Amino acid sequence: MSAFTTLLSRTVVLRERNIDTDQIIPARFLTTTERSGLGRHAFNDWRLRPDGSPDPAFPFNDPANADARILVAGRNFGCGSSREHAPWALTDLGLRAVISAQIADIFRSNALKNGLLPIVLDEAIVDELLDRPGIALHVDVAKRQVMLPDFRVFSFPLDAFAQTCLLEGVDELGYLIRQDEAIGAFEARHAPPGPFEAPTDTPRHAAGSAVDTPSREVRHAR
Amino acid sequence: MSSPKTLFDKLWDAHLVRPESEASPAVLYIDLHLIHEVTSPQAFAELDARGLPVRRPDRTKGTLDHSTPTVPRLADGRLAYFSAEGEAQVARLRENAARFGVELFDYDGTQRGIVHVIGPELGLTQPGMSIVCGDSHTATHGAFGALAFGIGTSEVGHVLATQCLLQRKPRTLAINIEGELGAGVTAKDLILHVIGVIGVNGGTGHVIEYRGAAIRAMSMDERMTVCNMSIEAGARAGLIAPDEVTFEYLAHTPRAPRGDDFVRAVARWRHFHSDPGARFDREVSIDAGAIRPTVTWGTHPGQVTAIDASLPIAGNDDEARAMAYMGFVGGTPLAGQAVDVVFIGSCTNSRLSDLRQAADVLRGRKVHPRVRMLVVPGSEQVKRDAEAEGIDAIVLAAGGEWREPGCSMCIAMNGDLVGPGQLAVSTSNRNFEGRQGKGARTVLASPLTAAACAITGQITDPRALPATHAHEHAA
Ligand code: SF4
Repeated sequence: MSAFTTLLSRTVVLRERNIDTDQIIPARFLTTTERSGLGRHAFNDWRLRPDGSPDPAFPFNDPANADARILVAGRNFGCGSSREHAPWALTDLGLRAVISAQIADIFRSNALKNGLLPIVLDEAIVDELLDRPGIALHVDVAKRQVMLPDFRVFSFPLDAFAQTCLLEGVDELGYLIRQDEAIGAFEARHAPPGPFEAPTDTPRHAAGSAVDTPSREVRHAR
Repeated sequence: MSSPKTLFDKLWDAHLVRPESEASPAVLYIDLHLIHEVTSPQAFAELDARGLPVRRPDRTKGTLDHSTPTVPRLADGRLAYFSAEGEAQVARLRENAARFGVELFDYDGTQRGIVHVIGPELGLTQPGMSIVCGDSHTATHGAFGALAFGIGTSEVGHVLATQCLLQRKPRTLAINIEGELGAGVTAKDLILHVIGVIGVNGGTGHVIEYRGAAIRAMSMDERMTVCNMSIEAGARAGLIAPDEVTFEYLAHTPRAPRGDDFVRAVARWRHFHSDPGARFDREVSIDAGAIRPTVTWGTHPGQVTAIDASLPIAGNDDEARAMAYMGFVGGTPLAGQAVDVVFIGSCTNSRLSDLRQAADVLRGRKVHPRVRMLVVPGSEQVKRDAEAEGIDAIVLAAGGEWREPGCSMCIAMNGDLVGPGQLAVSTSNRNFEGRQGKGARTVLASPLTAAACAITGQITDPRALPATHAHEHAA
């Protein structure tokens, strides 16, 4: 992952609230075994009209937005599934940051792992940004700040660890691998869950044995 | 004595390899990692790129569910894949599992199924564990008092390589559900109602613990339905403390400890509950007795209504947009809207008890001629058990389709699609625009409601369905 320190870009705006991961990348495009190339399916069902032609009213179809690196979106962006294909699709479109008044947990975590910066700002500021598509913003990761063209500056929360990873372009897996000794020590003292292995004697839950599994019965009486 | 702890605190503390600090998140140990074909290929590719093995293949279990066909096999015995890409994903997981020594519940066995159905059913899911899967409905396993949550593909790679995850500690939210559910009101209605109350981001940043008399009275299947949809309220995970119902369920599963080991395990599992006086960051109270059969009317799972109520008047742009997409009119009754498709399945409602509930409605009746009804068991085991009771025959006699196990129309990756503009009543968990196919309109409902809608061809309160002769006889 390359280092991410600052970003200067115009914004592209999607006003809708609750833009879920099924909108960002519909499930039928998840059959890929690669990370790249998902950008062409991003927002597929919003980009195309029913006849399959591009909808000129959709912001990502406007050539003027081709160089926009910052998406400003309505509240609760990225809710829904845990698919990392959502940030992959957005970074494949060239996006480096998403600004919203609220960003879903799993999406935020997935985005950070892919160099896509989730920026949560106060609703009033986001509303202003939603009303002014295309303005240029300056994002400073070290200062955790966004600056508007009129030099007003707004801070956003960013986990210290995520910030270090972005600034230094290091990834979490490298960090975890360095914990090997601590993980080994934990495994040695951790109570045994399981066993997970297939039993070697007769399975007690053989096919068609539902009759003797009372706990699986629903209360029919209702 | 140490201060009282919540169930979540106990689970968190039991899995800390390293506690969190300002500078770095906690390193959390993962007891069980479930994988499937859609969110794992890029993670295995990452291992290959770095030359890493899977640290604990014994704690990693795979299944095939998302892009797999649910239609019968072709005449030559091959599976009827919808797309070459879907088939390639399955082949890739098979190859990765073999190469890295991971057990895969494949087609040649008897235990394949939706990942969140087979984990519990096999007894892989146990109280006190930490469980992750590259799928947001991993919260389902929280019904056993396990800390279970969905992760992204990068994190799948982290867990494969190190059996650990970097996590910031979430906050806790207690949802206390007292009272008793009424006749015809199910766990699905309850969780839809809860999401309606707290909102689709009401649980963001939190782990929910569901408590109270209504939860205690539930079977494991019902508890799983409740925990399954925690993510739909934005929560990281959902939890229910294990009790005798949990232990009894696990006693009948093939992979849980046995004999003396089981007795010792139960003693350990009893520790996983919230201590009296434990403090939650937030608490919400719900009266189960006031809940009616509940369905969604909009395009996210927080837009819900009691089925016998009038649709709300859109209060903002988003609600207006959702109402327009669904083709509904605020202030009018939802009941009576024409239904095209009924889907009974998904990790929310595809277990044996769900199919029994649907079959109870379908027995002796016919599906409305306009309606296409799919019934998709959650696993091979559920399918066998249901067939042993004749549920398949009831579905087929009613005019429905009885399918092979898989995610099917929940995510519509495998060709099981709702057509543009069609209205589907679905027992799955997401009603997002286009989730079940481009332009598809989804109403989320319980298996009872879904089956009732299949019969009448319209949105129907299951309590209002007139009895048939067969039903009078059965009663
Ligand atoms: S049934 Fe639906 S929600 Fe459940 S695992 Fe499959 S796709 Fe995900």
